[in-house]
Amino acid sequence: MAKTGRIDWRQLIRYGLLAGVAALYVSVIGMVEVFSQRSLITGVLTLGQLLLFSAPVLAGYLAVYKDDESQTAAFSLLKGVITGLFSSLPLIALVLLANAVNLRAMFVNVSPALIDILVFGQGTAVGVLLLLLSGAIWGTLGVIIHLLPDKTRHVVLVGLSWTLGAGMLSELLIQVFRPLFGSGFIRFVFQGGALKLWASIVVFILVTLLDWYWSKRREEVKTKMANLNPTQRRAGMGVGLLILLILPWILGTYLSEVLDNVGLFILMGLGLNIAVGLAGLLDLGYVATFAIGAYVMGLFTSTSSLGVGELNFWIVLPISILAAMTAGFLLALPVLHMRGDYLAITTLGFGEIIRILALSDWLSPIIGGAQGILAIPKPQIGSFVFRGPQEIYYLILAGCILAIFVSSRLNNSRTGRQWMAMREDEDVAAAMGIDTTKSKVLAFTLSAASGGLAGAIFASKLGTIFPHSFNLLISINVLSLIIVGGMGSLPGVVVGAFALVALPELLREFAEYRLLLYGALLIVMMLARPEGLWPSAVRRRELKGTEEEEIEGGEGAPVAVTAD
Amino acid sequence: MALLEVNDVHAYYGYIHALKGISLTVEKGEIVTLIGGNGAGKTTTLRTISGLLKPRHGSIIFEGEDIAQYRAHQLVAKGISMVPEGRGIFAKLTVLENLEMGAYLRKDKDGIAKDMKRVFELFPRLAERKNQVAGTMSGGEQQMLAIGRALMSRPRLLLMDEPSMGLAPVLVELIFDTIEEINKAGTTVLLVEQNAHMALQIAHRGYVLQTGEIVLSNTAKELQKDPTVQKAYLGIE
Ligand SMILES: Nc1ncnc2c1ncn2[C@@H]1O[C@H](COP(=O)(O)OP(=O)(O)O)[C@@H](O)[C@H]1O
Ligand SMILES: [Mg+2]
Repeated sequence: MAKTGRIDWRQLIRYGLLAGVAALYVSVIGMVEVFSQRSLITGVLTLGQLLLFSAPVLAGYLAVYKDDESQTAAFSLLKGVITGLFSSLPLIALVLLANAVNLRAMFVNVSPALIDILVFGQGTAVGVLLLLLSGAIWGTLGVIIHLLPDKTRHVVLVGLSWTLGAGMLSELLIQVFRPLFGSGFIRFVFQGGALKLWASIVVFILVTLLDWYWSKRREEVKTKMANLNPTQRRAGMGVGLLILLILPWILGTYLSEVLDNVGLFILMGLGLNIAVGLAGLLDLGYVATFAIGAYVMGLFTSTSSLGVGELNFWIVLPISILAAMTAGFLLALPVLHMRGDYLAITTLGFGEIIRILALSDWLSPIIGGAQGILAIPKPQIGSFVFRGPQEIYYLILAGCILAIFVSSRLNNSRTGRQWMAMREDEDVAAAMGIDTTKSKVLAFTLSAASGGLAGAIFASKLGTIFPHSFNLLISINVLSLIIVGGMGSLPGVVVGAFALVALPELLREFAEYRLLLYGALLIVMMLARPEGLWPSAVRRRELKGTEEEEIEGGEGAPVAVTAD
Repeated sequence: MALLEVNDVHAYYGYIHALKGISLTVEKGEIVTLIGGNGAGKTTTLRTISGLLKPRHGSIIFEGEDIAQYRAHQLVAKGISMVPEGRGIFAKLTVLENLEMGAYLRKDKDGIAKDMKRVFELFPRLAERKNQVAGTMSGGEQQMLAIGRALMSRPRLLLMDEPSMGLAPVLVELIFDTIEEINKAGTTVLLVEQNAHMALQIAHRGYVLQTGEIVLSNTAKELQKDPTVQKAYLGIE
């Protein structure tokens, strides 16, 4: 029984205007203009346009999201058109207002270039009509996406994301592909740092086909993966390791540099994950361990006048880690009885104290104050010097592998269970017989280790260190990547680091709006996927599900409590 | 010698004087109940005995040893186990894992397996839900789990804080039956309750707590007959 129910105008207007205001906001703060300089599909779509249009698409989608099945498609589409039209109004108002008065006095970013983008370069009158039209189209597209059968929608969305992603990362792809396939291929596929239209269509079709094929074979592949014998497993890991080993030489210097930064953040993420993810201790001063590791390395290896001993990198490396761990231990003592927000504020203060000490005149005769420490030599093994980003990469890779190994052992150990219990409820953990004081101190101390390691590598990678490199933003970055990746999850740390460190580095336009994007991303994550991109618990639950029968069959079989 | 002897214990939260000289004893094999209204200090008493809160004055003697200065995790090893107020189960862990946490300090795998079996006999519902995530179970099941978990450390003294809180009457009855059963099997129980009616039915003796002081103590039978108790806690006019 198809019914063409009443149109709920208030709801449509609300969604439309909300989307419009979002588009207005990103325009007025200058994001649209900056992002418009990056084109995704040559001559068809820029990143700025994607930003503008995604709002009405989402509004159209949401406008019909809660409708029941009985409504006709035509009726739903009408709703999309209406929502889309309303979403254009705020932008139209902006265009008209900018023509009438000088908005730039108040909103510096409302430039003629922005207005030109908004009216599609067509002048006010035509532009306003085009804006209405585009709003209607994108609103309708949102509805169409909603109307698609679930499977088709999934395939289409995956295809779209990959195509847009490929467009966004064109410059990176060009760099990677040029040495592999030659300039001819690059000119064939890309133009002006973006995908050509035909190429993007090919990407879309390829990805949809692959996704469709994958959805058919997924179960099969999964069981195959699960049934691999140890030799095959080891072979697979060997191949993975090999790829990791040759990666910097495929990617070139610039991308290796990006990869190094990601790696350092993975190291820090793995460390902080012990305190925050495993033990549930919100530490906002993690940068302190990074700074201490870096300064110890700098101080004892530097060949400048500040240098003490000019020791070898490999001798100082463990000292840096130990120094950071000592700092972690000392920090743990005063905060033993603090919980939640008090703990967060205190650790925040600790991070700042270290930075301010590094900056202070008082310590500047020893560690250089604002001038920092210069002339820190590169690490060396025999005659092999870790000179550039491609060589340093191996150091960071080794550190990450070590940290992942240690973390995963900890996670599955008795200590890991102590932390887990403490994270859920300290009092109850104590009532289980867990010494929460010891667990906390241990968590802070171990957590500091890989921060110190990251700092030490950072110092010798750059060759110079300054106090301002160790600001609060680093702590926030590391914490954010853990949250985005999924609290307590090791793969989550890696995924989170790529999402929050690599992407902003690759999309330079993002840099200016980094914090805004972090905020937006965190809010979206908390609403849509609070467990993170690659959560740990859910996965664990899945594994449990398959173990069920074994436990049942064992009839009260001793469930390994102490087996680590 | 009594299993537990609390002598003139004073406890504070900052400046708030929550326990003003509590004295009570629990003999081996008994169920002793501590009844009292909201805010009387029942939870504080249990927190003090279990080592989560240090008394500022007074002694707590367990099996002849003064345990007032011990911390909570040390007392678990000494044989005191607690079912905390509001259950305090590990919501993200499965039933099985919760029980394993209860046996955290133990190393004897066979004994653990045996006790686990016993818990499942006591609460067949938990056996059916072994691999369910604890947070997704009903209130009654969570309470069963909290009790089962406390038993996994093989306590000689079981402290329970309002196990009937927020449960349907049928479940309350089931829980109290189980407490009796646990007691008959040899575990001494100190039971804190607002539900005085049920608590006095299964307890041997009882104490009435009011604003941090014990105002009345007697056998459960006598307390049931006591006019003040009837009026204030049993709703009998
Ligand atoms: N964490 C706390 N901080 C300060 N005061 C508390 C705290 N916990 C309990 N109190 C106070 O101590 C008194 C006794 O509380 P409690 O032992 O929880 O009572 P009951 O368990 O009998 O309801 C109350 O006045 C309560 O307000
Ligand atoms: Mg209470």
